[in-house]
Amino acid sequence: MLDKIKEFASTFFVTGDPMIYGADVSIALAMIGIVFVLTYFKKWGWLWKNWLTTVDHKKVGIMYILAAILMLFRGGVDALLMRIQLATPDVTLLHPEHYNQIFTTHGTIMILFMAMPLMFGLFNIAVPLQIGARDVAFPFLNALSFWLFFMGAMLFNLSFVIGGSPDAGWLSYPPLSELQFSPGVGQNFYIWGIQISGIGSLATGINFIVTIIKMRAPGMTWMKMPVFTWSVFSSCVIIIFAFPILTVTLALLFLDRFGGGHFFTLDFGGNPMMYINLIWMWGHPEVYIVVLPAFGIYSEVISVFSKKKLFGYKSMVYAMFMIAILSFFTWAHHFFTMGSGADVNAFFAISTMVIAIPTGVKVFNWLFTMYRGKITFKTPMMWAIAFIPNFLIAGLTGVMLSVAPADFQFHNSYFLIAHFHSALIGGVVFGYLAGLYYWWPKMFGFTLPETPGKWAFWFWNIGFYVCFIPQYSLGLMGMTRRLSTYGWDTGWQPLNLVSTVGAFLMGIGFLFQVLQILLGIKNFRKLKDTTGDPWGGHTLEWSIPSPAPEYNFATIPQVEERDDWWAEKDKRAKGIFRKQSPIEAIHMPKNSAIPFIMSVFFFIAGFGFVFGWSFFYIPGLIGVAICMICRSFFSYDGDYYIPADEVKRTEAAIRGSV
Amino acid sequence: MNKKPKAIIALVLTVLTVALLIWTCFYAGGKYVVFDPKGPIGQAQKELIILSTSMAALLIVPVMILTFFIIWRYRDAPDNKAKYQPHWDDNKKLETVWWSIPIVVILILAIITARYTYLLEPSKPMASTQKPVTIQVTSLDWKWLFMYPEEGIATVNEIHIPKGVPVRFELTSDAPMNSFWIPQLGGQIYTMSGMAMKLHLQADQEGTYFGSGANFSGEHFGQMRFDVEVQSDEEYKNWVANIKKQSKPLTKDGYLALAKPGLSQPDEYSSIPDGLFQEIVTKYVVDGASNPHAGHGEVTPTKGTSKSGTEDESGMDMSHMNMSGHN
Repeated sequence: MLDKIKEFASTFFVTGDPMIYGADVSIALAMIGIVFVLTYFKKWGWLWKNWLTTVDHKKVGIMYILAAILMLFRGGVDALLMRIQLATPDVTLLHPEHYNQIFTTHGTIMILFMAMPLMFGLFNIAVPLQIGARDVAFPFLNALSFWLFFMGAMLFNLSFVIGGSPDAGWLSYPPLSELQFSPGVGQNFYIWGIQISGIGSLATGINFIVTIIKMRAPGMTWMKMPVFTWSVFSSCVIIIFAFPILTVTLALLFLDRFGGGHFFTLDFGGNPMMYINLIWMWGHPEVYIVVLPAFGIYSEVISVFSKKKLFGYKSMVYAMFMIAILSFFTWAHHFFTMGSGADVNAFFAISTMVIAIPTGVKVFNWLFTMYRGKITFKTPMMWAIAFIPNFLIAGLTGVMLSVAPADFQFHNSYFLIAHFHSALIGGVVFGYLAGLYYWWPKMFGFTLPETPGKWAFWFWNIGFYVCFIPQYSLGLMGMTRRLSTYGWDTGWQPLNLVSTVGAFLMGIGFLFQVLQILLGIKNFRKLKDTTGDPWGGHTLEWSIPSPAPEYNFATIPQVEERDDWWAEKDKRAKGIFRKQSPIEAIHMPKNSAIPFIMSVFFFIAGFGFVFGWSFFYIPGLIGVAICMICRSFFSYDGDYYIPADEVKRTEAAIRGSV
Repeated sequence: MNKKPKAIIALVLTVLTVALLIWTCFYAGGKYVVFDPKGPIGQAQKELIILSTSMAALLIVPVMILTFFIIWRYRDAPDNKAKYQPHWDDNKKLETVWWSIPIVVILILAIITARYTYLLEPSKPMASTQKPVTIQVTSLDWKWLFMYPEEGIATVNEIHIPKGVPVRFELTSDAPMNSFWIPQLGGQIYTMSGMAMKLHLQADQEGTYFGSGANFSGEHFGQMRFDVEVQSDEEYKNWVANIKKQSKPLTKDGYLALAKPGLSQPDEYSSIPDGLFQEIVTKYVVDGASNPHAGHGEVTPTKGTSKSGTEDESGMDMSHMNMSGHN
């Protein structure tokens, strides 16, 4: 009996690596710490009422961002481990198997559990406020989306200490990801972690499309909509077309592994190519899903910090939609080297290059937004400016890669790695950081201190170039991606060492950002945003106090112009005041525990499927079904009104402190 | 007062970083194999890379300079007298100009790309008066098997080819897919089970060239490196004759043992079993199933195995293949 338990425990828990024991201990300590703090300060009720059951888009947004920063840390540690391993030849820090797990989790986490939630967090923070709405169209669904993402991410991360991590690459090409070559449970964690959070992503896409279509303040026509909201809209259009493909692809892979199917296996007519086509039909649009909102942020930030209107608004909007549509015609450039033939390669080479046109136009428009402006170098603007030269490099190398016959030499090499990190860090992460700094006062009511932010900025930026420029060279020297080690004879050592140093500089940059947040919290009284409009903003979110009250707008604004708040400030300066409509009782959604509980059941079901344990997945699925039934039958009492008097009192209290 | 030392530190750091980055671009300690081609395909690809890079750079570099200029010119400083026009947000003429610049550049680049895509299509035989050498490549877990059907020999993790003669690679996999890459001779192509891909390359200079598997295929994928020895015709013939004389034969059982996951040193075999490559290619094809990559499948029959060989020459029509024993 004891032997049996021992045997089970040794396959269930990942053993044999000091790093993993370290993780075990730190997870246990963190859990104990959290429980202790919550109990000691009697905060369980507060946690439950204010966060776990909230449907307020602003709080959901904050939770998304917190989770994303946590995942950035995990993915970043993975990256540093890889860079240590590659700093010089013949390093034995990581066994190849462990190394393979680390690059797989690094990629998956950074794209799906860091970039996506950070983006959704910013959607939640900014979009309803920008369009003058009280919440998103479906607040309950919004909370559910968050908790599904969170549980999916936790399930995926659990694989590190229980069962073993996936190690077939972040896109898990079969047949490597099939039972025959990956018999462990890691691959199941991959499927279910992504699958559960993917449901949430799809729901978020739908939610924000409806929000933007239906909930804009009166007078806000499509062409008066803030450009960030436009970028969110185009990104969500891609989400609703692309994510179902991912869901189906992973479901088929799961059927292969769990139900003895042969969709993508080698034998019995399985076709791995099918998977590769499908995963990239999602995977390439995914790049544009995450980058378009960053483009929206750059547009807002550059125009606000140049004290100028955005140049060529309509061009920007059309360009974003062109990118959204074209993103679906690029998937095959990920396998130019699979022998599709010259016709297919030529088509996808050209359709990929065409994306450079609308993207190039956007760069010109950003430049001419700054032209004849007054540029102030606050941290959000610094990130936006740093993006431009970097994105020019990423664009240049992107066009180089899209030339199909040349891609035969770049494909799978470090050149490619350098390119997509340039695009994803310099394009996406820089943008989200700019957005985070920009909307931080709106979220928390205080601005972040500038000095540590500038240190962080320089460490990140210098580190970024020092890390990735050498990788372009390494690619041209024949170094391929996903190598766990290499020999001295290759001559790759010096550049790899430089690259590793760069990665650590970025890590230091991250630490400065943590310091910046801590210093901000410590000095929040001094840094308090009393105006609600610390940057001289253009759009509606800056017309209300910081942080926004739970009902957002005491009265729904009547929009007259693009950059409405800026125009109104102009008019006020001239002594013209808009007529304020009287404050009325405000209709609000009630908190609900169902999203949290249902996601926990999803987690249980997912965990059961990972190990094939019916005593987990059957109760889990039943729990999910019961939650759905509860939601259908017992949710009529899902709203309430904040009386007008209370709104008046709140407003007076906030504005009084101005 | 303390503004000056800060500016100096910033300047020094910037110069150091830029110097470091330029050094990494031109660092000569490692070999830029992609820019050091030893055959016509690699040469054409190098030219194309330089051409496309310069085309794109033609657009990027001026914009980069313009960016720095605009940011410096319009910075908000008390002594900056630059013009300020907060409401200037529309100019159709300017926008037409920069919609058309990328359109023109991409149009030219698209034409070049399409031309080269057809010219360098890897399955296209090379124009040459020489009779090509055929090498059948199989990626295994975690080693490469190279069979020379006409010479009747096989090697593991090493290739020898004669100088100036086109080489016709036929590639497949008996493991998760990989990618076959010899940067100095030309770009890579995937190896996938159930298909026989084709890649034509040629080496014009004698020497030893670096080759590797480029697509991740599991635990020891990083060790799937091989050397390509390009020799004179005579040396090459001697090498073949030596192997025929001295090495052990590759048997079916020997192949099955080789195909098991594990690493291998370079190795040589004096003979190969009849139709082994065809067998590997069609190993996983179900009776009656049509292959999705029809047209990539013609494989060269093994010398002296006329029966099984000629039958398969029709290529991908594998519907009547006998699949017994391997599923």
